[in-house]
Amino acid sequence: MGIVTNDLSFAYGKKIALNKVNLTLPAGFNVLLGPNGAGKSTLLSLLTGLTQTVHGTIHINDNDLSKSKSTIMSQMGVVFQQSTLDLDLSVKQNLLYYASLHGIAPKKALIHIDIILAQLSLTERLHDKVRTLNGGHRRRVEIARALIHQPKVLLLDEATVGLDVDSRLLIISYVRNLCSQRDICVLWTTHLMDEVEPSDRLIVINKGEIQAQDQSSKLCKQYKVADVYQLYFALIHNTEVV
Amino acid sequence: MTLNQYFYCCLGIVKREVFRFFQQRSRLFSALVRPLLWLIVFAAGFRAALGVSIMEPYGTYITYQEYIIPGLCCMIVLFNGMQSSLSMVYDREMGSMKVLLMSPLPMPFLLCCKLIAIAFLSLMQVYVFLLCAQLVDVDISLLGYLTAAPAVFMIAFFLGALGLLLSSLIKQLENFAGVMNFVIFPMFFLSSALYPLWKMQEASIWIYWLCQYNPFTYCVELLRFALFGQLNLSAFSVILSATVITAVLALISFSPKFSQQR
Repeated sequence: MGIVTNDLSFAYGKKIALNKVNLTLPAGFNVLLGPNGAGKSTLLSLLTGLTQTVHGTIHINDNDLSKSKSTIMSQMGVVFQQSTLDLDLSVKQNLLYYASLHGIAPKKALIHIDIILAQLSLTERLHDKVRTLNGGHRRRVEIARALIHQPKVLLLDEATVGLDVDSRLLIISYVRNLCSQRDICVLWTTHLMDEVEPSDRLIVINKGEIQAQDQSSKLCKQYKVADVYQLYFALIHNTEVV
Repeated sequence: MTLNQYFYCCLGIVKREVFRFFQQRSRLFSALVRPLLWLIVFAAGFRAALGVSIMEPYGTYITYQEYIIPGLCCMIVLFNGMQSSLSMVYDREMGSMKVLLMSPLPMPFLLCCKLIAIAFLSLMQVYVFLLCAQLVDVDISLLGYLTAAPAVFMIAFFLGALGLLLSSLIKQLENFAGVMNFVIFPMFFLSSALYPLWKMQEASIWIYWLCQYNPFTYCVELLRFALFGQLNLSAFSVILSATVITAVLALISFSPKFSQQR
């Protein structure tokens, strides 16, 4: 169970975005931390198959992405950095549309939708147009959408960016609960260091290269730093935080 | 993947297009007003100037309004096909295309569903227009209404595929408007939608030849015959071939490998 990449490289023309990335992400909460332009979104684009892998391999739940894309997609839920909801449709219509793309019957989908929306405190907004929702609610709808088909792998690309503290806390605690309740692999991509907990598996990426990957507390110990902030500055800037 | 899953997927894509269509009320309004203006204003003016002699499939002299009905129906289908494709460019720019691409179902199937949705919307608009046309003394038999449906569906599939092909080649939404002008207007005017081809031949031989090579001419003729319960075999063959070629090219252009190379 999980995600494994071997020597994964990608370039936009001559600009190298990822350079021989070797990752092992087991079931649990994995945090991909890196500054803007580090290659986080490129990595997610490759993992979702939206960008075709040219160099290296990706295995998700023991399936090779280049050979079993359909199987992988049926087990994967994604929350993209940019909102991908249809603003003119209601929450229900958006969720049912996504369920249909996974071949789920509307009746069955509605059962899942009711449960997930209740967990995310969105039941009352079911018939509202997405256009009328605020940023936090839209994000929650996107998370609900990614969970309708009960994925085994969940990728979230900077899911809390631009949200207020309450919305951020609600979303991150919901995803953490999911991780503990179900045996799923979550890849949480962020540049916000306060979202990392000591027990999380942490992957630090910079300039397309993996700087470190292990349990966050172990990495802090290994680099002899007090917290993730210092670890980040040590790895990204090779400096100690002042 | 089971057959049921394919069915629910197709149903979901068609439903989404229908919901979106009814949400965009101006689109619904302009889809009807445009051809009705042509029928009521343009055709009334030209009725006196243009006589249409007896020609197939009509068994007698007909009014100009009756003559342009198939052309206007095809115009509705052409606009709808292009506008639906425009929404694909919008979806790509807004990011919602990613949701479609993340489906575990095969891409060619998803695009076919999209074409079915486009065709369904076109069919709906054409029938509403035909009902409105009854008010200006354009009579269509019940058989005509029935036989027109598969013709409209086929034409919509072809024009939708053409739109998808164009949308895959266009990188920005702004560029699409220019292409619409270079596609919609030449296709429509260089066809038998407004004038019979023999009239074109009298006016200019090279425009006549352009009309002959324009697949939209065959769309109009296929529907003209279908409204009379007849099958124009040559038009049917041309549209079928054009649909297959355009759909295959659209599918290739949407493949990740091709998109990435571009």
